[in-house]
Amino acid sequence: MNTRYVAIKVLRAIITLWMVVTFIFIVLRVSGDPIDTLLPDDADAETIAYYMHEWGLDRPLHEQYGLYFMSVFKGDFGVSFIDDRKALEVVVERIPATLQLGFAAFVFGVCVGIPLGIVAALNRNSAIDRAMMTTAVLGYAIPNFFLGILLILVFTLWLQWLPSSGSSTLWHMVMPVVTLGTGGMGSLARFTRSAMLEVLNQSYMRTSRAKGVPRLKRIFRHALPNAAIPVVTCLGFKIGGLISGSLITESIFAWPGVGRLLVTSVGNRDLAVVQALIMLVALTMVIANLLIDITYGWIDPRIRVSSQKQED
Amino acid sequence: MADNIGPAQETGASLVRPGIFSNLTGELARMPVLVIMCCVFLLATFFVFIFADVLAPQHYAKLDLLNRLKAPAFMGGLPQYLLGTDELGRDVLSRLIYAIRMSIFIALLGTFIGAVLGTFLGFVAAHFRGYAEEVIMMFVDAQASMPFMIIALAVLAFFGNSFALFIVIMGINGWENYARIARGMVLGANAQGYVVAVRSLGAQPRRVYYRHILPNIASALIVQFTLNFPSTILLETSLSFLGLGIQPPLTSLGLMLGSGRSYLLFAWWIAVFAGMVIFITTLSVSIFGDWLRDRLDPTLRR
Repeated sequence: MNTRYVAIKVLRAIITLWMVVTFIFIVLRVSGDPIDTLLPDDADAETIAYYMHEWGLDRPLHEQYGLYFMSVFKGDFGVSFIDDRKALEVVVERIPATLQLGFAAFVFGVCVGIPLGIVAALNRNSAIDRAMMTTAVLGYAIPNFFLGILLILVFTLWLQWLPSSGSSTLWHMVMPVVTLGTGGMGSLARFTRSAMLEVLNQSYMRTSRAKGVPRLKRIFRHALPNAAIPVVTCLGFKIGGLISGSLITESIFAWPGVGRLLVTSVGNRDLAVVQALIMLVALTMVIANLLIDITYGWIDPRIRVSSQKQED
Repeated sequence: MADNIGPAQETGASLVRPGIFSNLTGELARMPVLVIMCCVFLLATFFVFIFADVLAPQHYAKLDLLNRLKAPAFMGGLPQYLLGTDELGRDVLSRLIYAIRMSIFIALLGTFIGAVLGTFLGFVAAHFRGYAEEVIMMFVDAQASMPFMIIALAVLAFFGNSFALFIVIMGINGWENYARIARGMVLGANAQGYVVAVRSLGAQPRRVYYRHILPNIASALIVQFTLNFPSTILLETSLSFLGLGIQPPLTSLGLMLGSGRSYLLFAWWIAVFAGMVIFITTLSVSIFGDWLRDRLDPTLRR
């Protein structure tokens, strides 16, 4: 039964990937000749002939569709306009910087947001609760591009404490991480608070209090594990937010990552690179969602059982 | 992720009160101060949206090259430029007013297209069931699993930027939420007495959906509209900020913020006022939307 739950989720993930590849295939054919769009203008006849053959552009459309899948599978997305290298190569070398920033922002969001939500819930309707939730709402609502600009204005131009572009030292990371992580922090805090409040109102919490379980043990042993279930799903949604957030953040702070590459490539219409990047994002999202779904089923046995009932 | 939302809303449909605004007049008196402030701000924004031509002291593209990067009037700038001037000596206040008009226009139109498209497809899925439903829900899941900004960038990269395409992209943003809600609630409604009754009286499907089911599920869709509206504003402003959305000489809030970024050191006012408007607008819509959700639809309350 457990394998069935996982198998259905994996199948869904594969269907999503298939739809993304098909979407790009269709868009690529509709918008013009793939040779024009995926190879530089000054590509020599030999390169053109090679890719004509490799992508099977002389063959019928359904065969092209199959070949396109093959080339995507092999990681062959064409050649970048800008520096005449294979698109995948250009993309892959940018990944570490983005992972570094994204991971730091994720940790920032989790380490600030979840404690904020827990403390707010434990002090419900007090001044602490209100102050924390105001922070959370503001953090959640402020557009990341505006936050980034305000940070630059205050910490680079007025106080002159932090550098505003590049990635050479740890100080360069501070503002990008805050810019990227604040939205997630705010929504996590709000989400954790409501999940905690729900759990705190349960009868088993009253029971544990009645039988004299110490307060800290009540919170950590009884409340937190149950409140964690909705919070984990919420984490999954944060990953999509991090990806779109990294486009903005990396562009503002000249961070040499994938997000900035996508923005400049779209601006230059360097489609080979754009194509490779979209696949990368799709793959990341699908894997992330899959992992979240599986973790979710693992920490909450009710999901396994109910999904099995639905499917039968 | 889709499957843990569906059933709850299907059962939720039975509890929604008919008549969207029937109890709203009484509620107005009991609005919290914060919500009233948000409403006032949103009404003011809407007023600016309608009367931009009358309110703007100058045309948004009028140059004054002798007075470039002048500070706002209250900071020792020239009295005729209340919020200062930009790098070409254009009045920031006038540009801000036209930028509000553009951003609100795009967000309203985009959200509206998304609502109509999504609701329609949700109805189609619930009506035909079977393959149509499977296909529509597959698209819903696929779109929900990709950050929409990436899809938008892909389309912009492949087709190039044009105003019409940009509007279409804004419309496609968020349709899946309406489709999911509409489908779930129609499935719930179809099993209910009033729909069965109207059907057995011989009403056509179109009449049943348009006259009977739609008014009953409208409150959930309106709440979704208030959730989707800020996200559409943010999508537009983000893309314009990156230089991939609205193109000069037109102006939008995101574009102002993006172009003001280069002049932060000499003229922070170009970027900051536009950013404040975006921030307060999206915040106001969210707060108002939360309040509306609590009032209109107790079953959706968290």
